[in-house]
Amino acid sequence: MAKFTKKKDGDLPAVSTASLPDIVFMLLFFFMTVTTMKDSSLLVENTLPNATEIKKLEKKDRVIYIYVGKPTQEYQKVFGTEPKIQLNDKFANVDEVGTYILAERAKKPQELQNVLTTALKVDKNANMGLITDIKQQLREVNALKVNYTTYEGDAFNNLQ
Amino acid sequence: MPRRKGAPEVNAGSMADIAFLLLIFFLVTTTIETDAGLDRMLPPIEPPEEDVIIKQKNIFTVNINKNGQLLVEDELMDLKNLRSAATAFLENNADGSCNYCKGRRDAASSDNPTKAIISLKNDRETKYSTYITVQNELVGAYNDLRNREAQRLYNQDFTKMEAEYLNPETPSAIRDDLKDKVKRIQDMFPQKLSEAETSTN
Repeated sequence: MAKFTKKKDGDLPAVSTASLPDIVFMLLFFFMTVTTMKDSSLLVENTLPNATEIKKLEKKDRVIYIYVGKPTQEYQKVFGTEPKIQLNDKFANVDEVGTYILAERAKKPQELQNVLTTALKVDKNANMGLITDIKQQLREVNALKVNYTTYEGDAFNNLQ
Repeated sequence: MPRRKGAPEVNAGSMADIAFLLLIFFLVTTTIETDAGLDRMLPPIEPPEEDVIIKQKNIFTVNINKNGQLLVEDELMDLKNLRSAATAFLENNADGSCNYCKGRRDAASSDNPTKAIISLKNDRETKYSTYITVQNELVGAYNDLRNREAQRLYNQDFTKMEAEYLNPETPSAIRDDLKDKVKRIQDMFPQKLSEAETSTN
């Protein structure tokens, strides 16, 4: 019997896999930190225009997003092809923007309520009329800091 | 009888090293996506207490019509020339109080950068992309001038200084130092970009 159990000389000892969990955890933490959750799915087309003189939007917790654009294919039957506003997960009218901003502002901690920025993610094919109405709404609720979110790129590409 | 041998075990000792290599590679190459865009302040809804009288020559009017054409100071202008026109207006320095300006000192244009106001008007049917391009060019005019002064005073670009100042990861000692510099440049060319209410016709 000894013949079967005897270890042969020159065989490599099995590699210890004790550190494998550590590696996996490290990868896990890595992906956990870099992944940003998408908090609302887009119901509108959202191809942003390009600009060069841009500033980064630091601190995501201080930003309220407003999406504007033409409804995507599946919603066009119901909502038509005119640009619409998307707040959170649903379409909204212009007059709902003010209440939305107030509601979002109330959700934020007290110390952040005065430093909030409204990020306008507007499709480049939208018309200014709608944007002007939104701006008017924002002024009414005193949310004066806005950021026209854009891609980085030559601004003259917008005109084509 | 020939001796049976199992498949030789592969040495997996370097697996951890490979994994770490990959990990470090991804760590270095991944940038956490941040949104970026043009920062603007909207005018408050309450009108100011007293009416401020602004001389017409201190206002640089930019009108965008629904076809995306520009009317700058009542003249049709190509978008490509807007930046240089705005720059020339801002540092025109008609009253000579701005010693760092290199303008033409045209008496019919702005008095000095602190008085110069750019007024942007648009039609309701103007396309958003055109509007952003115009905004970009106007902000660009301010940034060009600010960069020039920052280069002269501190040998670096204003936009870079500002980005570093606004970056929360910058150590606070450097931030305090930058704060005064950024403020000084901003005061040299204060950004007065008024977005008047849209014309309806």
